[in-house]
Amino acid sequence: MLIDWFTVGAQVLNFALLVFLMRRFLYKPILAAIAAREKKIAAELADADAQKAEAGKERDDLRQKNESFDQERAALMSEARDEAKAERQRLLAEARKAAEALSAKRQETLANEATQLNGALVRKTQAEVFAIARKTLTDLATVSLEERVGEVFTRRLRELKGEAKERLGASLKSQSSPAIVRSAFELPPEQRAAIQQALNETFSSEVRIRFEAAPDLVSGIELSTEGQKLAWSIADYLSTLEKAVAQLLKDSHKPPAAKPKPEPTEEPIAEAKRP
Amino acid sequence: MRLSPDSLIYLQWGFVKLNATIVFTWALMLVLAVSAKLITRRLSTSHERSGWQNLLEIVVTAIQKQIEEIGLSRPERYLSFLGTLFLFVATASVFTIVPGYEAPTSSLSTTTALALCVLVAAPVFGITQQGLGGYLKTYVEPTFVMLPFNIISEVSRTLALAVRLFGNMMSGAMIVAILLTIMPFVLPAVMTVLGLLTGMVQAYIFSILAAVYIAAATRARKPKPEPKADTTPAHAT
Repeated sequence: MLIDWFTVGAQVLNFALLVFLMRRFLYKPILAAIAAREKKIAAELADADAQKAEAGKERDDLRQKNESFDQERAALMSEARDEAKAERQRLLAEARKAAEALSAKRQETLANEATQLNGALVRKTQAEVFAIARKTLTDLATVSLEERVGEVFTRRLRELKGEAKERLGASLKSQSSPAIVRSAFELPPEQRAAIQQALNETFSSEVRIRFEAAPDLVSGIELSTEGQKLAWSIADYLSTLEKAVAQLLKDSHKPPAAKPKPEPTEEPIAEAKRP
Repeated sequence: MRLSPDSLIYLQWGFVKLNATIVFTWALMLVLAVSAKLITRRLSTSHERSGWQNLLEIVVTAIQKQIEEIGLSRPERYLSFLGTLFLFVATASVFTIVPGYEAPTSSLSTTTALALCVLVAAPVFGITQQGLGGYLKTYVEPTFVMLPFNIISEVSRTLALAVRLFGNMMSGAMIVAILLTIMPFVLPAVMTVLGLLTGMVQAYIFSILAAVYIAAATRARKPKPEPKADTTPAHAT
């Protein structure tokens, strides 16, 4: 008999034992290891996917940021350009204004210079004319220029009429202090007397006067009361000359800066004016 | 000249005896268990692993895949039984290259024992899968008339399983022994190599048939495109 039943039974037991042993030592651990590895790989893949997604998101974010940054930069650049343009315009305008102001100042300075020159010329001319006139009068007559001035003033006083005379007379009468007679030089007593007499005769009353020397009158006599003034001086004649000289300067200098000087009179007149 | 290692008895106490079959089976069991234990002692779950672990993983996953291909839906449930069948038969034939070794599978007692295990395992898996009634119903399908034939088929296929393995393994060893007497050089070596091949083929056939029988018993096949397909296993040659 080829089959030994004891051996069969023993082999069945042996096989069952072997199944148990293999299950215990081979299949379970191996399958567990494979499952663990698969789980790990799946986790790693999921992790990689998540990282990839995150990286993609970050890349998108970065791109978006870059774009907005570019836009911002462009906006800032254009703003800065506009500001620079405006600033340039402003500076140019300022510079133009400053240049204009400078030019105006220069012109003013020129005008001032011209005025000063004019003034100097006038003064010089006055002095020269005075000197010439005095010399001429002295040479021509035996009387001094001062006497002639006094005479002229007296004559003018006597020739005074109309409203001017009335106003001056009223002023002389009403004032309490004596009227002041200013002259460029100290008047001699005869002339003082002549003036006193002329006043008395003109206004038909005793006029109280006081004499004063005022060199700025440039050879002339001035009677001033409270509010009224009667004057005659070579300065009036000189005004005419000054006007002529000013006209001359105006013609020779373009643009003319010098403004016309004080109202010159054709002829020296006795005028009453309010101070 | 022995037909079976059963006749080589080392110790005997009446009915109980210790023959070469049992001893070599124990030796195989020891080798399998110890090597499995040694290799799986330090299993790596990372990408880097030892060559031995790789080998075992390949073997285990290949067996699992084969079981799945037979049509058993949850292969890990049958892996212990079918995998051990394959590994035991394969190892028994591989060790024939060791001089003085006699394959336990060349003993009809061993192959009968294995066939009986299959005979018992198939109904056990069937009953756990579809209940006792469901399992018993498979015997009267398609008609009640088929009951005796189904029973005969059950018995005969177990017998065929046992005798096929025994015949192949025994004949292999026998041919080598006979050839040694005729021509002691070269040819026995070639025949031994051939014997290794047939041993592996037989291990594969034995376990595949066992899987097919279990699949038939559990009817737990995967849904096929044709639902009315014949699920009765083809009888092995």
